[in-house]
Amino acid sequence: MSRDKILAALRQNQPEKVALPTTLSFERDVNLNLAEKFKAMAEGIGSKVYMVAGFGEIGPVIGMDFPSEKRIVSTVPELVSAAIPAFVLDADPHTYEDVDVAIFKPRIAVAENSALWITEDRMGVRALPFITQHIVMLVDIALLVPDMHAAYEKIGSADYGFSTFIAGPSKTADIEQSLVLGAHGPRSMTIFMYS
Amino acid sequence: MDGATQTHPELSEIFNKDEERVDWHDETLWWIRQKRDKSAHSIPEWEQLRETASQIKNNVLSDLSAYLVSFEEKALANGIIVHWAADAAEHNRIVHGILKENGIQQMVKSKSMLTEECHLNEYLEQQGLDVIDSDLGERIVQLAKEPPSHIVLPCIHKKKEEIGDLFHIHLGVPAGTSDPQILTETARQHLRETFLTRRAALTGVNFAIAETGEFVVCTNEGNADMGAHLADVHIASMGIEKIIPERRHLGVFLRLLTRSATGQPITTYSSHFKKPRPGQQMHIVIVDNGRTIQMGREDFRNSLKCIRCGACMNTCPVYRRSGGHSYHNAISGPIGAILAPNLDMKKYADLPFASTLCGSCSNVCPVKIDIHQQLYKWRQVIVKEGYADSTKKIGMQLMTFTLSSPAVYRTAGKAGRWFLKHVPFAVNNKFNPWYKQRDMPEAPAESFGEWYKKNVKKS
Ligand code: SF4
Repeated sequence: MSRDKILAALRQNQPEKVALPTTLSFERDVNLNLAEKFKAMAEGIGSKVYMVAGFGEIGPVIGMDFPSEKRIVSTVPELVSAAIPAFVLDADPHTYEDVDVAIFKPRIAVAENSALWITEDRMGVRALPFITQHIVMLVDIALLVPDMHAAYEKIGSADYGFSTFIAGPSKTADIEQSLVLGAHGPRSMTIFMYS
Repeated sequence: MDGATQTHPELSEIFNKDEERVDWHDETLWWIRQKRDKSAHSIPEWEQLRETASQIKNNVLSDLSAYLVSFEEKALANGIIVHWAADAAEHNRIVHGILKENGIQQMVKSKSMLTEECHLNEYLEQQGLDVIDSDLGERIVQLAKEPPSHIVLPCIHKKKEEIGDLFHIHLGVPAGTSDPQILTETARQHLRETFLTRRAALTGVNFAIAETGEFVVCTNEGNADMGAHLADVHIASMGIEKIIPERRHLGVFLRLLTRSATGQPITTYSSHFKKPRPGQQMHIVIVDNGRTIQMGREDFRNSLKCIRCGACMNTCPVYRRSGGHSYHNAISGPIGAILAPNLDMKKYADLPFASTLCGSCSNVCPVKIDIHQQLYKWRQVIVKEGYADSTKKIGMQLMTFTLSSPAVYRTAGKAGRWFLKHVPFAVNNKFNPWYKQRDMPEAPAESFGEWYKKNVKKS
């Protein structure tokens, strides 16, 4: 069996055991303004960021930014209105192919790279954050952490079936290194930051 | 490229026929290298991160068998089906078997250098199956019937006009289209249809976590996720060396990977696949294909620490001026030149010589692989084993890049000047013949050959 052959070959060939580094602590700028850093990083990679005082402000902005988009779904109950229907589960992910705007509430926001950690239970279905033409993220600034180490500290040993960090709209620079937003996933990302 | 008998010097000579293109290729990659520098320098703890990543990988190599067993156990408990493949042929048979069992004829695939290494597409096509690559760069080289020329930037050697021509023939854009925006949009529409109709998706694996049995796939385009979340069957192919011990170690590697690759702070998507979604099958194929042998070569085992960021290619003066295809191997550049001779010392005897040994690769490598030293050591092994003769036409000393062929030689003066200008950090070591040139007086603005071409030929 290949499994046993591979493992036996490794046992034979791998070097003497060396220890893992004991700590994963790195220098960190304690004075960093996390919200500012996050916003600058997000805008730097093509996201649109709004600082809002409360949830009430968000709905009208979405209405203005996406005036002609037909299918909008919100996985965030607080943001459901006459104009923004709630996400309804369909076991077949293909049925979401015509979603224009999808709204989510991630669990962690990383200042150093503007990545947003979102677990499956906040996605509706796994395909939705990718298949939607535009993605909207609602970020409570209490979710901010300085860097990826802090993010994984917070994630800990959480269980999930699928989870992802998303930083900005999908993109490619495969053609002569010209950056194009909107590769296979969303064409744009809009972030509302609130406290 | 498989089956090519041509060597790196011969293939670079072909690449060097178009001098303008060589300059463009060189400058593009150097620009990416500079973005990497800017990004790395913005992180004060960068060197500490590299050292930590290197230590974690050293630990992984020293205990890989146990980590693989743990990874398998956790993955199985998570509902993932685990396969083991001793070599490329077994990997391909396993993938084919999964598709056959599910009655699937067509598959969509995201970036996976391992499947390039295994020549999976060719194999499946021979079995009458249809594979579409969904990464834009990979789709482009697939349409051109070429292998990728770079592990991160598969079509870095192609001009937008050439891509326009391909899209005109295959995807129906008007002749003469070359706007990247329009070409990308065309690919988006075409591949969206593919994502929506394929029942099987294959992805690569960037990191596999021994502690949890999950695996992480990084893309900017979202193509791995589009494929995997819409398909009934998700197959993930990974080399045995993709293991990292704990989830929290991802913090270190995800900070290093894209900053090293392109200077981005992180890829758009870093997706953690832990369990199949209800009703979906999730398979992992764990592949050896020579890696356990490399593990036994003490001088070269460190190459298994590689996280495939591509930084060593972007910085390599030889890669930049010879192009990825000149390495006639799925993985090109300095790291490819270390990995390939392990698989076939005779066929790839030329590759460790495709280097100036300037050490720039080792300087940028995020996991601190001693790349240029390994290249030097491979040369000794290859000469000792008698494989240096397999490229009889050229004597040993002449096998190194710049002096290897008339066309390259013609531009050697230019490359030297360019080298002085662009590689001020060249390390002073006994291997580095380029370093000596730094003692030379100011590089002249034009080489004699260029001056001659410009001034004498005209009159
Ligand atoms: S050898 Fe180092 S620099 Fe080269 S691709 Fe691998 S990790 Fe990156």
